[in-house]
Amino acid sequence: MKIAPKILLIVYFLLSNFVYANDEPVVFQNRDLEERYYLLIEEVRCLVCQNQSLADSNAPLAQDLRNEIFKMIQINKSNTEIMEFLVKRYGDFVLYRPPLKKNTWLLWFGPFLFLIVAFFVTVLIIKKQSGETQVNK
Amino acid sequence: MIAELGNISLSAALAMAIIQSVFPILGAAKGNQTWMSLARPTARLQFLFVLIAFMILIYSFLVNDFSIAYVANNSNTLLPWFYRFSAVWGAHEGSLLLWVLILNIWTIAVTFFSRHLPDHFLSRVIGVMGIVSIGFLLFMLFTSNPFERLFPIPTNGADLNPLLQDIGLIIHPPILYMGYVGFSVAFSFAIAALLAGNLDITWARWSRPWTLLAWIFLTLGIALGSWWAYYELGWGGWWFWDPVENASFMPWLIGTALIHSLAATDKRGIFKNWTILLAICAFALSLLGTFLVRSGVLTSVHAFATDPTRGIFILALLAVFIGGSLILYAIRAPSTKSAGSFELLSRETFLLFNSILLLVAMLTVLLGTIYPLIIEALNLGKLSVGAPYFNAVFIPVMTPLVIFLGFGVLTKWKQNNFVTFLRKIRTLLISSLLIGICIGAVFFSDNQLKSIAGIVAALWISFTSLYSLFVKIKDKKDKIIAFKIIPYSFYGMLIAHIGFAVSIIGITITSQHSIDIHQRMKVNDKIEFADYKFHLMDLKTLSGPNYQATEAVVDVIKNGQLITTLRSQKRIYTVRNISMTEAGIDAGFTRDIYISLGEPLNDGAWSIRLYHKPFVRWIWLGAILIAIGGLLAIIDRRYRLDGLLKKTSSNNNEAISTIK
Repeated sequence: MKIAPKILLIVYFLLSNFVYANDEPVVFQNRDLEERYYLLIEEVRCLVCQNQSLADSNAPLAQDLRNEIFKMIQINKSNTEIMEFLVKRYGDFVLYRPPLKKNTWLLWFGPFLFLIVAFFVTVLIIKKQSGETQVNK
Repeated sequence: MIAELGNISLSAALAMAIIQSVFPILGAAKGNQTWMSLARPTARLQFLFVLIAFMILIYSFLVNDFSIAYVANNSNTLLPWFYRFSAVWGAHEGSLLLWVLILNIWTIAVTFFSRHLPDHFLSRVIGVMGIVSIGFLLFMLFTSNPFERLFPIPTNGADLNPLLQDIGLIIHPPILYMGYVGFSVAFSFAIAALLAGNLDITWARWSRPWTLLAWIFLTLGIALGSWWAYYELGWGGWWFWDPVENASFMPWLIGTALIHSLAATDKRGIFKNWTILLAICAFALSLLGTFLVRSGVLTSVHAFATDPTRGIFILALLAVFIGGSLILYAIRAPSTKSAGSFELLSRETFLLFNSILLLVAMLTVLLGTIYPLIIEALNLGKLSVGAPYFNAVFIPVMTPLVIFLGFGVLTKWKQNNFVTFLRKIRTLLISSLLIGICIGAVFFSDNQLKSIAGIVAALWISFTSLYSLFVKIKDKKDKIIAFKIIPYSFYGMLIAHIGFAVSIIGITITSQHSIDIHQRMKVNDKIEFADYKFHLMDLKTLSGPNYQATEAVVDVIKNGQLITTLRSQKRIYTVRNISMTEAGIDAGFTRDIYISLGEPLNDGAWSIRLYHKPFVRWIWLGAILIAIGGLLAIIDRRYRLDGLLKKTSSNNNEAISTIK
């Protein structure tokens, strides 16, 4: 079951290689839509590439997903709806900004935890240090 | 035959490495002069053998000896000779050989430039570097031999990855490795001090120039990698938070903390244990970087290796080196005491804060880099952690660092008067804020808040640094003499901090105000974009030595004046059938114009991307300034070894007072 989507992906990738690479530039009615489009394609991973976003890849899959996102923006889908669609199809792996979930709590809160711990440790060291200074005096 | 010579050479190097580590370290423990005296000659012989092996690999590439698997996999008769040369380190096995060669270059440099160190200390340093070398030579001989034969011999090679066929690849890896591997010197000094059980401040002073040099190479190596990605990948990006970039950035963060902490240990006799830990940590991260890039646990641009046995071998090496040194640290470190003390409001406090903030920054990068690997290994799903995550968590950590940097520069060692400190801060902070807001309001119409934040941070760093120079000369009668007696290391600090500010400006403005356009164009089409007119003059086909290309020739016009003619190519490398974009770039002090040719569309048109990237050069200019700052600190006469000899032979405390 798990392998099926991967095979589909590979087949799709091979097929689309023969099809004309579609890098036709997209045109938007207004600037807001355009900005949304560029923000979105920067945050979505190109699944067949080596760690590149859709914005940074010319792979056929990336071109196709870009067009997909373009179409969804055209029919007034919200960013959340677009991302939900992509996650449904490809899983969380497609998102460069991991969603806040049980298995990403540590990822998102970790840095701030480090920061707090670091702050207290530093304060402790300095307190101890200035305590010694007092004694020395 | 020649490949077998390479193998023999590597084995001989291994034998030398074993003698180089066993006898000098034992000799130092027992006080056996003869054993200690083996350190230098064996280190030099080891260097010679590794160099021979390296030369043999270069030769094999130059003469297209496809009976060697590594050559056959990474070269081709059509490949120009200079890329055949750099292909030596274009993949896993060869870059390991480069790693070991550079380790030997550092070792041999230590044997030549540390003659004045006490015998027992030098023996231990060279012995520890020998142990590191043993680990990597074993790794190479058993899992990644660059001289392995291939049968049947192919008629031609599989070619070098086109991505790596570039001047950037000729210079970027050796410079980066000089930095990575250079931290092995700081590590060996720290371990030697731990082994000796003598953690006075002398080891810190001795290792300072070496650590600075390694850190300079790492700074330049990272900047070169960023620049290479910028022009070679064809997307105008300069930092992707790719695991491989993170792997080099983490030791840099800790290396930065280390050079500052070493300074504090050297000058004030404080943070001794912390400095030792940082030295171990910096080298551990260099090893971890090698592991991340070489083991195949990642799939990214640089991760060539895919064999899991390699990963396990490196993991074992990592465990031995890090575990061993931490155990040694646990046994020896607690017995040392800080010589100096300081009050809350002192340079020491802010140095400590920033040291720890750099550690937090490193841990944050580490978390983001290995989190998806851990989650996948634990079967908890498959995640991607990319630029949006890193930008979101990294900036909050760096903000206090920038503020404390200014505080640290403004305060003196030991203690300060609170009122005068407040007065200094007030003026400088208000002026940074006001000027920053003015610049932001005048020059930028969108993303104002972020731009202003970045500019204020850069101004704050520059103003506080310049003010500390002003303080040093304001009361002096003869200003020229006042400038002259300021030590080089102070100017180094000044320039490096201003370099940091320059990079911040570059990063802020490029990220917030770069614009690009994706356009369909035919020959003779014109587009207006970012105050420029782009005129596609020609689309022609070319053939290179090992590729076919289409080249777009674009005239860039401003106010009716031709500014430049840019050429961007789409290349198909024929052997591997991989397409590459060669960007056309007009570099400028305040902006780059960047053109990249996309794909052919119907009826003879092509898709083309045009980028306007303001201040992007400042990112690398800042890195160069940082490196120059480091260089000035090295040439400071106080750290010249002959000068050190006199001071270290006398009482340490005396040395502290003279150096102040």
